[in-house]
Amino acid sequence: MGKLISKIPDGPLSQKWTRYRASSKLVNPANKKKLEIIVVGTGLSGAGAASALGELGYNVKVFCYQDSPRRAHSVAAQGGINAAKNYQNDGDSTYRLFYDMIKGGDYRAREANVYRAAEVSNQVIDHFTALGVPFARDYGGTLDTRSFGGVQVSRTFYAKGQTGQQCLLGCYSSLSRQIKKGNVKMFPRREMLDLVVIDGKARGIIARNLITGEIERHGAHAVVLATGGYGTIYYMSTLAVNSNASAAWKAHKRGAFFANPSFVQIHPTCVPQLNEYQSKLTLMSESLRNDGRVWVPKAKDDKRSPNDIPEEERDYFLERRYPAFGNLVPRDVSSRAIKERCDAGNGVGETKLAVYLDFRDAINKQGKKAIENKYGNLFEMYKTITGSDPYEGPMMIYPAGHYTMGGLWVDYELMTTIQGLYAIGESNFSDHGANRLGASSLMQAAGDGYFVVPNTISNYLADEIRTPKTSIDKPEFAEAEKASVERINKLLSIRGKQNAASFHKRLGKIMWDYVGMTRNEAGLNKALVLIRELQKEFWTDLNVPGTAGELNMELEKAGRVADYFELTQLLITDALDRKESCGAHFREEYQTPDGEALRNDQEYAYVAAWEYAGEGNAHILHKEELKFEEVEMKVRSYK
Amino acid sequence: MKLTLKIWRQKDSRAKGTFVTYRMDDVAPEMSFLEMLDALNKKLVEENKDPVAFDHDCREGICGSCGMYINGHPHGPVPAITTCHLSMRYFKDGDTIWIEPWRAKPFPVIKDLIVDRSAFDKIQSAGGFISVNAGAAPEANSILAKKKHADDAFDSAICIGCGACVAACKNASAMLFVSAKISQFALLPQGKIEAKERVRAMVEKMDELGFGNCSNTGACEAECPKQIKLTNIARMNREYYKAF
Ligand SMILES: Cc1cc2nc3c(=O)[nH]c(=O)nc-3n(C[C@H](O)[C@H](O)[C@H](O)COP(=O)(O)OP(=O)(O)OC[C@H]3O[C@@H](n4cnc5c(N)ncnc54)[C@H](O)[C@@H]3O)c2cc1C
Ligand code: SF4
Ligand code: FES
Repeated sequence: MGKLISKIPDGPLSQKWTRYRASSKLVNPANKKKLEIIVVGTGLSGAGAASALGELGYNVKVFCYQDSPRRAHSVAAQGGINAAKNYQNDGDSTYRLFYDMIKGGDYRAREANVYRAAEVSNQVIDHFTALGVPFARDYGGTLDTRSFGGVQVSRTFYAKGQTGQQCLLGCYSSLSRQIKKGNVKMFPRREMLDLVVIDGKARGIIARNLITGEIERHGAHAVVLATGGYGTIYYMSTLAVNSNASAAWKAHKRGAFFANPSFVQIHPTCVPQLNEYQSKLTLMSESLRNDGRVWVPKAKDDKRSPNDIPEEERDYFLERRYPAFGNLVPRDVSSRAIKERCDAGNGVGETKLAVYLDFRDAINKQGKKAIENKYGNLFEMYKTITGSDPYEGPMMIYPAGHYTMGGLWVDYELMTTIQGLYAIGESNFSDHGANRLGASSLMQAAGDGYFVVPNTISNYLADEIRTPKTSIDKPEFAEAEKASVERINKLLSIRGKQNAASFHKRLGKIMWDYVGMTRNEAGLNKALVLIRELQKEFWTDLNVPGTAGELNMELEKAGRVADYFELTQLLITDALDRKESCGAHFREEYQTPDGEALRNDQEYAYVAAWEYAGEGNAHILHKEELKFEEVEMKVRSYK
Repeated sequence: MKLTLKIWRQKDSRAKGTFVTYRMDDVAPEMSFLEMLDALNKKLVEENKDPVAFDHDCREGICGSCGMYINGHPHGPVPAITTCHLSMRYFKDGDTIWIEPWRAKPFPVIKDLIVDRSAFDKIQSAGGFISVNAGAAPEANSILAKKKHADDAFDSAICIGCGACVAACKNASAMLFVSAKISQFALLPQGKIEAKERVRAMVEKMDELGFGNCSNTGACEAECPKQIKLTNIARMNREYYKAF
């Protein structure tokens, strides 16, 4: 356990961040110019970090695999972004936001990090507003907010159902400004293939130019990963289809511990799968549960159209089971409740794997116009996809893979177990415990990028001012490049029959069936066996046409799927280790008589940080005990 | 459904492209257009042939990655949606579908249906921002904006940077794209301070990169998947004249 030093500053929770900044080391402006930082990723976290580091005067190189930084997956976030502004005078505060996240995360997150995320949330909203993000406003000209699941205050800032897009474009604009100034150099259509570690310190990356296929070496004094989550591990998910874990996984194999990989959030309100060809699932934002009521018919196999089913024959099961929070219970709780009703045979639609999300009452009460103002684009999107109109009858929804609370282990400074390697945004594990509350990811990603890492990285770089520019001729670069090239050649040389996507689809199905909303030991073990078999088949029957020296999307995809075969196995190992139910990790063996998660604080109040021990060896588990000084660990109840 | 696809194949930016014919025998109407191409690519890989390269990511109409000419229309025949949201139910059994990349000088073809849209990033870098460093922002509610202005700014800000407007325009004009950004900032109090510098820099960059002039044909507005309005161009023109 000696290896996990979380570097939590002393002092009371509310003073830690202030004290940290007062005592951490700084780099003077003249030296900043000489220091190079690589940022991989241009979502809210990566574009935020690259902008802020550029503004500080560092020499920044930033990478993404899309053709433009503006397309990072953050763009798809819909519902909103939290901050503890208390503009509604409804009793909100930094402490309450912190408390909601700790409780929402089922007491599996680190207090100090979560408190800081809540603390910088207000700065994030100030900054986005100043950058011209067109948040919704009230008639007097001030910013408007709405409520999200798992909380009883209204603290979510939004731009209709396109909050992620608007925030990302804000980040993109600040990044563009630094690019113009020459402080940041942008490398789009590049994929990081490996991390280069020299004498225990992150010193650069190996990247592939996705247009020419060229393998490039990039050196730096520090590397920041902002590469997002791995929700596409289920193949079908709400994420952009190219989202992947490869950068984080490669860093893991170079020494960065991977924490709580089994904590994956399944979002309750998604458009259900409509056919077998489908390549992704579309989220219907959680904000809809502000006004939409979730229900199923009380009778099984009720064939009537939903509008014909009278009130007394409807089961508003979230309101019934959780009267205090009703339709706004957190995601893990609502997803499981939906699954429970569908498993019981009360599901609706052709597959019976769906429940209704109904706006009838809200439309009657507030008028169609008001509903359209709040959710217009979501309703349209629903109609585009399904062909039916949510103003006329309820939506049908079902849970889908959405967000990964797990990720690279980081300390208070957001540094991984590799010196000089940072992980921010969804790629780290730190702020959401075993379940994330809505609208807190954009907040955390932007907070990490703009306000946390720029302050913590100087503490490390202050000792690097005498380190010369990293030479890419060092043997470590050659070794990492060689490993990347060999792997590409291996993928190209199989020349089997099947494309990478078909393997991904089958892998995703195994994960969804056995490692989804609920898990049990037998199922997890079965999944391990199935995945290993499929992995063998992958390495003997994959086909990647074309060559390495050209734009080759099959090759890109194959590399990402190959890594998923490895990550899934660690994810399952982690799920097997955690013999308790907490947040999104629901082990069927550990539940209360009324079907709620049964946590085991005595034995499992830890972060599981896994160390890679080399090809073919079992991962080594390191436990970071979670100490709760400020909040008392309670049974999480929304009843 | 049975379909005949005529797809533009071009190995790289220097190669000469050509249409290649593919037959698809089992297209389901529930597929999206990109899922139909996925199915084609799966088949091509199984036959050890080079799959068709196209840009895509979110598949829900928001990232702006996807985009191709389908039967003579950017993003296909259905108005106000992106290619990834185009459903195959809009096509009929036996149809022939022509699929091409964006055709515009400032967007050179990289491979097959993929074009280089980095010119848009360059325009953005020229001035598409408000100069404020992290940490320097005032308290959010100290900047008041009329609800109407904020809503209008939002309507302009939802441009996804797909490039369909440029592809649709016979002059390859980028006015709709640029004016959407200009409008967003021009409508908000935060954006007014640098308004003059911004519009000059972005328009100058747009011209420098070889985008053509606007001749008020309105093809861009008609093909824009996000329904960005021509009134943005009028606003940009006003902003531009004010800037000197
Ligand atoms: C549909 C949907 C809706 C959501 N809605 C909300 C919401 O309303 N509120 C909220 O708070 N959260 C929401 N979330 C979650 C939130 O959007 C994400 O968690 C957050 O945006 C992640 O940001 P990020 O900066 O960590 O990474 P991302 O935005 O995922 O960016 C990852 C970046 O890394 C780059 N990258 C990755 N790997 C490599 C590599 N190997 N080489 C080079 N570049 C690489 C990518 O190109 C990309 O630029 C939503 C998520 C989804 C899926
Ligand atoms: S204005 Fe419309 S067509 Fe042009 S880039 Fe923006 S969204 Fe695409
Ligand atoms: S793939 Fe993102 S807009 Fe079509």
